[in-house]
Amino acid sequence: MSKYALRRLIQMIPVVLGVTFLIYALVYALPGDPTAGKCGERPCSPAYVAEFRKTYNLNDPLPLQYVKYLGNVVQGDLGESQYGQPIRDELAERFGTTFKLGVVALVFEVVVGLLAGVLAALRRGGFLDNLVLVSTLFVIAIPVFVTGRALQLYLGVRAGLFPATVSFEPTWFELLLPGFVLGSTSLAYLARLMRTNLGDNLSADYVRTAHAKGLSTRRVVGVHALRNSMIPVVTFIGYDFGALLGGAIITEGIFNVPGVGQYVFRAINDRDGQVVVGTVTALVLVYLVANLVVDLLYAYLDPRISHD
Amino acid sequence: MTTSMDSRADRPRPGETDRLLEVKDLHVEFHSREGVAHAINGVDLHLDRGETLAVLGESGSGKSVTAQAIMGILDMPPAVIPRGQILFQGRDLLTMKPRERRAVRGAEIAMIFQDALSSLNPVFPVGWQIAEMFRQHRGLNRSDAKAQAIRLMELVNIPAAKERVNAYPHQFSGGMRQRIMIAMAVALDPKVLIADEPTTALDVTVQAQVMDLLKELQAQFHMGLILITHDLGVVADIADRINVMYGGSIMESADVRDLYAHPGHPYTQGLLDSIPRLDMKGQELYAIKGLPPSLMRMPSGCPFHPRCAHAQDVCRSEFPPRVELGPRHESACHFAQEVVRG
Amino acid sequence: MTESTNSRPDSGADLRHPGELEAVAGGSAVAVAGADGDRVRSVTGDAWRELRRKPLFWVSAVIIVVFVVMAVAPGLFTSVDPREAVLSEASKTPDGQNIFGRDRQGYDIYSRCIYGARASILVGLLAVIGTVIIGTLLGLVAGYRGGLIDSVLGRVAEVFFALPLLLGAVIILYTIQGEDDGYFTIVLQVSLVLVVLGWPNIFRLLRSSVLQVKPNDYVQAARALGASPTRISFSHILPNAIGPVIVVSTINLGVYISSEAALSFLGIGLRPPTVSWGVMISQATDSMRSAPHTLLFPALFLSLAVLGFIMLGDAVRDALDPKSKSR
Repeated sequence: MSKYALRRLIQMIPVVLGVTFLIYALVYALPGDPTAGKCGERPCSPAYVAEFRKTYNLNDPLPLQYVKYLGNVVQGDLGESQYGQPIRDELAERFGTTFKLGVVALVFEVVVGLLAGVLAALRRGGFLDNLVLVSTLFVIAIPVFVTGRALQLYLGVRAGLFPATVSFEPTWFELLLPGFVLGSTSLAYLARLMRTNLGDNLSADYVRTAHAKGLSTRRVVGVHALRNSMIPVVTFIGYDFGALLGGAIITEGIFNVPGVGQYVFRAINDRDGQVVVGTVTALVLVYLVANLVVDLLYAYLDPRISHD
Repeated sequence: MTTSMDSRADRPRPGETDRLLEVKDLHVEFHSREGVAHAINGVDLHLDRGETLAVLGESGSGKSVTAQAIMGILDMPPAVIPRGQILFQGRDLLTMKPRERRAVRGAEIAMIFQDALSSLNPVFPVGWQIAEMFRQHRGLNRSDAKAQAIRLMELVNIPAAKERVNAYPHQFSGGMRQRIMIAMAVALDPKVLIADEPTTALDVTVQAQVMDLLKELQAQFHMGLILITHDLGVVADIADRINVMYGGSIMESADVRDLYAHPGHPYTQGLLDSIPRLDMKGQELYAIKGLPPSLMRMPSGCPFHPRCAHAQDVCRSEFPPRVELGPRHESACHFAQEVVRG
Repeated sequence: MTESTNSRPDSGADLRHPGELEAVAGGSAVAVAGADGDRVRSVTGDAWRELRRKPLFWVSAVIIVVFVVMAVAPGLFTSVDPREAVLSEASKTPDGQNIFGRDRQGYDIYSRCIYGARASILVGLLAVIGTVIIGTLLGLVAGYRGGLIDSVLGRVAEVFFALPLLLGAVIILYTIQGEDDGYFTIVLQVSLVLVVLGWPNIFRLLRSSVLQVKPNDYVQAARALGASPTRISFSHILPNAIGPVIVVSTINLGVYISSEAALSFLGIGLRPPTVSWGVMISQATDSMRSAPHTLLFPALFLSLAVLGFIMLGDAVRDALDPKSKSR
């Protein structure tokens, strides 16, 4: 297990380097004016451009530029907003809220998604199965920002069941609706994944063996089949975490959740390029770390990976 | 616990005979959109304590379906059992309540499968999977159950059982995995053990070891053993009696020597003739012409008639009756007498 | 929105038990060890026969055809100019004259919905064509050649794969976008970004599929007969390995259309005066409290288009892999 963890950790290094280089190359090294759009609506002054080129080492050769940039990122220096505020400070303040929102979304996703998937798999072809299939299809097809706006209007504003926007220090209750919206697409995918996967596992040989051992159906499904079905589910959740972070930009924008996503959402509207790039880079790194955690969990769930 | 079970195995209770299992007129169908497949059409078989019964047949003959029907692990639906009885020590398994049936399954009638790698759960340690028998059926606690698992792994000759009890299936060789399957199956001293092609997936050298182990355990625990196979070589070694299945029916039933010496069914003859023999070296190998029947479109009359050299009009229209050819020797062939005389 | 379909983790090895039970339950007569190669080769024919019987396929095909025609020739559906604003009738609710009503600027919503199809379909198609070409070529090379080139390509793909679609698109689009890029520039930019972030998905899929097909007898036979690697790759391996790519790409088309709309919503995809569903939704969100119909119709069109491609992908998947059939 620990050997595997170490291997994964080492394997992650080139990926982190590669991804940060990719972002760097795309953002700073592409031909074109890197300061375009970084000064709000007007063009930047020559003094600002000179300062900018110096701050981001744009006069150095590309590899050196990248190394210096990486050094900054590693130290947590993601640059400053156009108002001169360090992005790091802003992120530190906002991170807790986004984390809270992510937890709500994940809980919805896992609890409701898995439950729907399991019930559908157990009743293949039945009413519930078809209901899950059709409803998840619709959830996937309707974009999050439409669901978000619609639920905000009808459940929040019109029915008054939930707060339409959240306060500066959002409570769990306030985050219920945004969290559900954020998790809804993933929830639908997860339900479908679980349905297919558990369905396949239920006809696996080891499930037949478990029946032959005289175990109760509850135990055969709940322990033997389900444990195996969790393996792809965990992979999916890890992979999908990136989509969840991207979705947070939209959801937090819609519901005015004062988190990291809203920071990006506003920066895009304010045309504050440094904030967009710096924050999204941080989110990508969070995504990579989350994936490492998922990989370790995966190894725990699937002994074929870790015990060689 | 163990002692009470041992005494039960040694001394039959009053009224209890040596007859462990009796299958009567068993029918199994599979219902699907495409239609109804008749997998088993009126199978009768019986098994006594300490006896080894081989069920021989090609794939599609219904031998595995029979085994799974006895175990009660057919997926229903699509499987349907429209008729028949499966009597275990006189009690019909098919009419039992699910809870009673489950108590029999695994504890009284156990089964091992062809491919141990896919039949063992990949994500649990082997010891855990063996111990599960004791925890679920006997209510043993974790450590006692684990001790039992180690005992069983030693019983089936797995080296360093104590160390390997926490290892996972993929960490064992094919032969060792099959031993673990066997350990799990005999964990609760079952009266009947069904082995479905237990050595087909193994190397030839390992096959013999696993068969020897099965033979040994059967003698030790005085189990009734049903060996399902398509391999006549394996059968000759270990079986007392053979049921030859074809197209979902039993074609011939006889003691091993009897069957090899005087096959009473053209299909059995064909099977025996297709074994390569040292004394016939250089001659062309015999193969039964044609293919096994489709279960969706079973031939009328005798299922074997399209491939049978002896086939007459009656074979095409009527299912053959069972003809007694000697003590415990029956053949379902219209011309059994002629066939057995050669 | 999410690119999650992309990497629906493989449902694992085929653990179904072989032998008679399976053959019987599948209703396909008795298993007489059919060679794998034969099965693969007849798959396209079988799949088409299977597809034709499915209502899901026909429903999704009709939806898609309608949208494609709409994108090519919007004039067939409406004669109203989508850029003709009647301010005096702004936010008018649907009636006989404007069946979807008018939006806040007084544009006819029905007409804009029709004309908006082009941008979405174009982005989706370009992105899918790009990912399929790059992913397939590289995947074929990596899978067929193996060795160093395989591991190098694998590493590169891994890096691109580690950048989540929406996050990556935000960062790249924000950077490359100019203030006054035209319609086609932006469509190309968005498609290109989706290709850059999406190709590893197809690459991985095809590579593993090639690895499965490669050992088959007919490939080995072609090789023994002296066929060139290019010929083997394109006429023997590719046709048998492309199945999963077709399924995923069809679904991806829907996902990319949805992504384009999300980017437009965030203000870094298409922008007004471009007519697109994403732009319409983005603008409607400001006025939806007073005029929900301005959001409803573009959202409906967008969702229907996405739904069409996802359903088609599902139908094709079921047809190619009868085991996953949802009975």
